[in-house]
Amino acid sequence: MKLPFKGAIDCDLHPAVPAMAALMPHLDPFWREHFAERYIDQAPFTLASYAPSLPQSARPDWRPAKGLAAADLDALRTQALDAFGARFAIANVLHGAVALFNADMAAALCKAVNDWVAREWLDREPRLRASILVPPQDAELAAAEIERCASDPRFVQVLLLVMGDRPLGHRTYWPIYRAAERQGLPIGVHAGSTFRHAPTGSGWPSYHLEDSILQAPAFEDTLLSFLAEGVFQKFPGTRLVLMESGFTWLPTLLWRTNKSWRGVRTEVPWIDRAPAEIVRDHVRFTLQPADVPNADVLNRVMDHVKSDELIVFSTDYPHWQFDGDDALPDGLSAAIIRNILIDNPLATYPRLRAADEAAVNAGQRTGQATGHGRAPMREEMAP
Amino acid sequence: MNKPVPEREVKAAQKLGFVDCDIHPVPRTPKDMHPYLSARWREHADTFGAHLCQGLIGQLPFPRMMAAGMRADSYPSNGGPPGCDLELMQRQHLDLNGCETGMLVVLSRGGMDERNVEFGAALAHAANDWQLHDWVAKDKRLKAGIVVPQEYPEFAVREIDERAENEAFRQVILSPRSSEPLGRRKYWPIYEAIARNNLVLGLHPAGISGGHATSGTGWGTYYMQEHYAFGTGMVGNVVSLIIEGVFERFPGLKVAMIETGISWAPSLGWRMDKQWQRNRKETPHLTRPPSEYLREHFWFCTQPMEEPEDPAHLQDILGWIGWDKLMYSSDYPHWDYDDPRVALNFKMTAPQRAGILRDNAKALYRLP
Repeated sequence: MKLPFKGAIDCDLHPAVPAMAALMPHLDPFWREHFAERYIDQAPFTLASYAPSLPQSARPDWRPAKGLAAADLDALRTQALDAFGARFAIANVLHGAVALFNADMAAALCKAVNDWVAREWLDREPRLRASILVPPQDAELAAAEIERCASDPRFVQVLLLVMGDRPLGHRTYWPIYRAAERQGLPIGVHAGSTFRHAPTGSGWPSYHLEDSILQAPAFEDTLLSFLAEGVFQKFPGTRLVLMESGFTWLPTLLWRTNKSWRGVRTEVPWIDRAPAEIVRDHVRFTLQPADVPNADVLNRVMDHVKSDELIVFSTDYPHWQFDGDDALPDGLSAAIIRNILIDNPLATYPRLRAADEAAVNAGQRTGQATGHGRAPMREEMAP
Repeated sequence: MNKPVPEREVKAAQKLGFVDCDIHPVPRTPKDMHPYLSARWREHADTFGAHLCQGLIGQLPFPRMMAAGMRADSYPSNGGPPGCDLELMQRQHLDLNGCETGMLVVLSRGGMDERNVEFGAALAHAANDWQLHDWVAKDKRLKAGIVVPQEYPEFAVREIDERAENEAFRQVILSPRSSEPLGRRKYWPIYEAIARNNLVLGLHPAGISGGHATSGTGWGTYYMQEHYAFGTGMVGNVVSLIIEGVFERFPGLKVAMIETGISWAPSLGWRMDKQWQRNRKETPHLTRPPSEYLREHFWFCTQPMEEPEDPAHLQDILGWIGWDKLMYSSDYPHWDYDDPRVALNFKMTAPQRAGILRDNAKALYRLP
């Protein structure tokens, strides 16, 4: 169905990966020269998970006659921000730097991507916000990039891919979560793989279709990793947003981990309460793709997860998840729609909440659909 | 977790007449297999031992929880590991609960994870003989599963054809920790042999890697993660079997999912269908939405029974996968054994309960 009112917060959309020519001005002289010398300045840095020609990479009517979908701010404004009446939208640039093996090179590219996003998108469109792309190859470099970008309040989240070197809860990555907690930034884990490992425990599937389907179980294994490693106890301010792989798999995870936890508590003694409760307090899911065939199934699943706070709105623009203006699956109640479009995102992203409150105080928006119906998803942690 | 189950008198046991789809027999010592191995392979086993895709021998890299992952009371008083003693198995489970049919699933010593495939073939052949002589011959309630090393399809096909004549074998067991996803062409001769002989493909999680990390995210740290991947790890194979078109080629092939969980199946079906709508041209060999193959060709075993916060939610899951597709399993003698008297703790009709406890398995395995 269509969005019933304006003011939604779109928590996942994707400006196209920029050509290296656009990033070169944002690199320091060493890397500029180095890339030019090795012709790396001509490399596409396109993730295999998001090859532009794949059907799901761009909706047919959002593909321009020439070039990449969502490469142009005017197109993104018309097709996404205006079309769905967004109050805010979080830009996630899925750049291939994260798939390199050279962490220094990856860090230089991530920095360039973040600066490019700030100059070319955030400076030009006040509704846009962005996630901080970080090099997962080296958590200390990633943490440094978080600290560098965090002074710009328009960066509202840290961005990681779901499949990388190892499950993301591992303590290798903890400097990232320490920095994110300190800055009050949610950790956004997005679909996609660097293919360090075969997509399944039994090797490499034949088809792109399988790779796409298998994003969902990778999110399950990732969430298990965050739970088992004790990230939410070590960094209690952590908010985790799982992006672009559905949520209908969540009931299974809640049920299985609540049960298995009773048998494995001595192995993971830091898990101090039922995993389902931890998930409900710390983890959120973007709406698209909503892997549901009909309204009845959707409402059964919403009942199974026993919370109306878990889902935050996303269009996943320009990826092809729905047709026309039907960015919401059918069958949601008015109250839940309001939660998904406004209240849940504001409760999840402190920096969006602050921006929203500032706008209200400045008299830019009043009354209806301002969205203060939901408390922050966790108390802010003292620094 | 390992509180001993009181051994009530046999007469007190409910006469459930159930089929147990997951019982694990284990040799008391490796020498139990010697009568079924040639001198060449006996000597090989003694000298070189197992050659696996992992860094430890004689143990798993994700150590199990209490009592090495076994019911603590299932260690026989006269020595040997749990599952090696038929008399104890009868007393603790088969007789106590009134088991009508028990499906044996051999995990260790079956050669499925052996890198030397000729050795793996010898181990599998021996494990199949051993099931017949040391178990089925001694308790007619037990049915065997033909163990085959999936990385050696040529041998697997011979072994299946040779064993299939014996009614004691009701299914084929291979390792889902294969070197390639199980739908890949390499394994199709095995499925052809299974379908030709009217057998069932039984997939049970395996602890030993076939050369790949547990999941697409890499190696976990804790058994808690490895245990969860019994479900997610199996999803990759289900997707592969469906999307590669195995069921288009072998429409009679039926798959029993053993100890893999249940409730993920509907969600997987919805997701497969949605992704397939976008990618149909990549897989023109599929004539129907992927969820239909899942609904038609897969059966699910109960243990470890999922326990929603609201038990009624299981009724939704059963409604989606089909009440005729769930089969009781105990996983005896493992630590997370499900007692048939208490494991199915959600509302259902008497025919639905009878289906889960007995009739669905009877239909799938064509049991008398």
